[in-house]
Amino acid sequence: MLEGKDLACVRGERTLFDHLNFTLHEGELLLVQGANGSGKTSLLRMLCGLMAPEFGEVLWRGKKIGAARESYHAEMAYFGHSPAVKEDLSAFENLDFACRLAGIPVKREEVKGALGHLGLGHCLNLPAKSLSQGQRRRVALSRLLLAKARLWILDEPLTALDQAALKLVQSLLGEHLRQGGMALLTTHQPVMIPGITPKILDLSA
Amino acid sequence: MNMSQTVMVLLRRELMLAMRRRGDVLTVLFFFVIVASLFPLGVGPDPKLLRLMGGGVVWVSALLAAMLSLGRLFASDYADGTLEQLILTPTPPVVWITGKILAHWLVSGVPLILVAPVLGVQFGLSNEALGVLVFSLLLGTPVLSLIGAIGAALTLGLRGGGVLVSLLVLPLYIPVLIFGAGAVDGAMSGLGSEAHLSLLGGILILAFMLTPWAVSAALRISIE
Amino acid sequence: MINRFNKYRYASPATFYRLAGRLIPWFYGAAALFCVAGLYIGLFLAPTDFQQSEAYRIIFIHVPAAWMSMFIYVVMACWAALGLAFNTRMSFMMASALAPTGAMLTFVSLWTGALWGKPTWGAWWVWDARLTSELILFFLYLGFMALQSAIDDPRRADRAGALIALVGVVNVPIIYFSVRWWNTLHQGASVSMTKAPSMASIMLVGMLVMALAAWMYTIAAALSRARCIILERERNAQWVAQMLEAEA
Repeated sequence: MLEGKDLACVRGERTLFDHLNFTLHEGELLLVQGANGSGKTSLLRMLCGLMAPEFGEVLWRGKKIGAARESYHAEMAYFGHSPAVKEDLSAFENLDFACRLAGIPVKREEVKGALGHLGLGHCLNLPAKSLSQGQRRRVALSRLLLAKARLWILDEPLTALDQAALKLVQSLLGEHLRQGGMALLTTHQPVMIPGITPKILDLSA
Repeated sequence: MNMSQTVMVLLRRELMLAMRRRGDVLTVLFFFVIVASLFPLGVGPDPKLLRLMGGGVVWVSALLAAMLSLGRLFASDYADGTLEQLILTPTPPVVWITGKILAHWLVSGVPLILVAPVLGVQFGLSNEALGVLVFSLLLGTPVLSLIGAIGAALTLGLRGGGVLVSLLVLPLYIPVLIFGAGAVDGAMSGLGSEAHLSLLGGILILAFMLTPWAVSAALRISIE
Repeated sequence: MINRFNKYRYASPATFYRLAGRLIPWFYGAAALFCVAGLYIGLFLAPTDFQQSEAYRIIFIHVPAAWMSMFIYVVMACWAALGLAFNTRMSFMMASALAPTGAMLTFVSLWTGALWGKPTWGAWWVWDARLTSELILFFLYLGFMALQSAIDDPRRADRAGALIALVGVVNVPIIYFSVRWWNTLHQGASVSMTKAPSMASIMLVGMLVMALAAWMYTIAAALSRARCIILERERNAQWVAQMLEAEA
């Protein structure tokens, strides 16, 4: 269970949000909404532990994420604005290194399977610089399949994706939630996952 | 997964990336050679003077080249989001930071050490002094990568980061310069270089123990 | 800004602003007083040095400036450490407020060192261990200020500056030692600034009084600079608006 308690975020001299509370249980989806500049990305980075909240705390299974850093990071996967894909490495090498550095040894077959799942089976050995923006984002998304994290924190995962990929990502999300996973995401597109009613956290309110 | 494995994976990745961008590695190396070659043109070809200056010139050039290569350390990982992902791995940051600095040294420090004897010959250093030069660089260049990493981490994503990093890092490089060049001088003048080299070794140990923590803090500050 | 952001009352910018405003004139006054007294002792009471004649009198500015410049760097690092440890915004502001004064005093000590060097050693600049260390200290100050001014986000600027100040303060002894070492190897027995033959006690008194003046000046200057930083950062806060209204 992920909990945000009384969170406040100050950027420069502006208070983006204050007294923010939420809880996210297994199998739940939380959509973070708000206008541009309302602090969506800041909130997500705060929940990952990349940024310290000005006030309040983030709890993972009842413990502060700073104190339970190692176990929290092992169970959490973050997808940020930049896809963390190295241009000079192939799609396979990118995923292989990313997983190994995260402490998850993966077999070539698994990587191939994950890329195939996102419709990139043919790109396995292509250098990432020859891939389009959307394809790079899909490479990054297939990391989620390999990491097998309980909690997904996704910043705009649906941007730059075509219709087919949009559907695919939503079905992946559905699968993840049905298996008891948790997901928290920001998006400007409507998210439709059969059988799941997302919780909404509106930062503009 | 244990920590040495993480470091190994990271080393493999960094070396692979460097291999695919050989140009960057060679640029730093040629910079080193060119800077050192400028000095005789500036002060004249008097062999006695050059012998006297040789150790210092090679060391100053190494300092500048090391500084120039710092941009590669974190900047591209920062730009493409890899740095965030590294911070979010369960591995303690100090571990992979040490790995990254080690990789940076292998890619940009070791080539300097290999070329340095050639430059030393140009300045007419004795054989003994050449050996000391290589050994002092072997002890000193890792310190340059370690200390430089702090500057590189603090200036991530800033305007004019390259010039700024030189202002932050060069004053901190001074002890390495003094003991490194001093060791070569000692060998040339027959005064011996053991004291210099042991002090350089001491600095290396100290830097190796302390700087990864400072870099870790610096990255946290810059990434927020 | 909301009240709960001010965890510590005296660390709160509004309280600090008012308190500093009341204290600054006193510190400036004390600085002027000590300065006049110190200069009087130094220029009129202290005897003429039989080796260096009147030129030596520059030490009444040079030495206190050099002492203070080193001391300020340490104080700055202490504020930086406090800020990083307790996340108090005032500590960071004090660190940034001290830096320009520190750099200025470092520059003064270099300048007066050069003025003293000409009649004493016959050259404006000598690579003496102390002068060289002082020059490097000047670079450290410049690095700190350049880093802070290059960062737009005040929070990041505070913390990045604090970290480089701490790294610097750890390095200062190493740098000082290495420069001493380098100097003794290359110059042998050079004229040392401290080995002034049997300094008369009146000279020491003069230097101490001038050092006190430097202290008072530094405190006053740092406090006024901190007030400016506060105003700049809190310009949208309620208390600033109220204060400006009351003054108008």
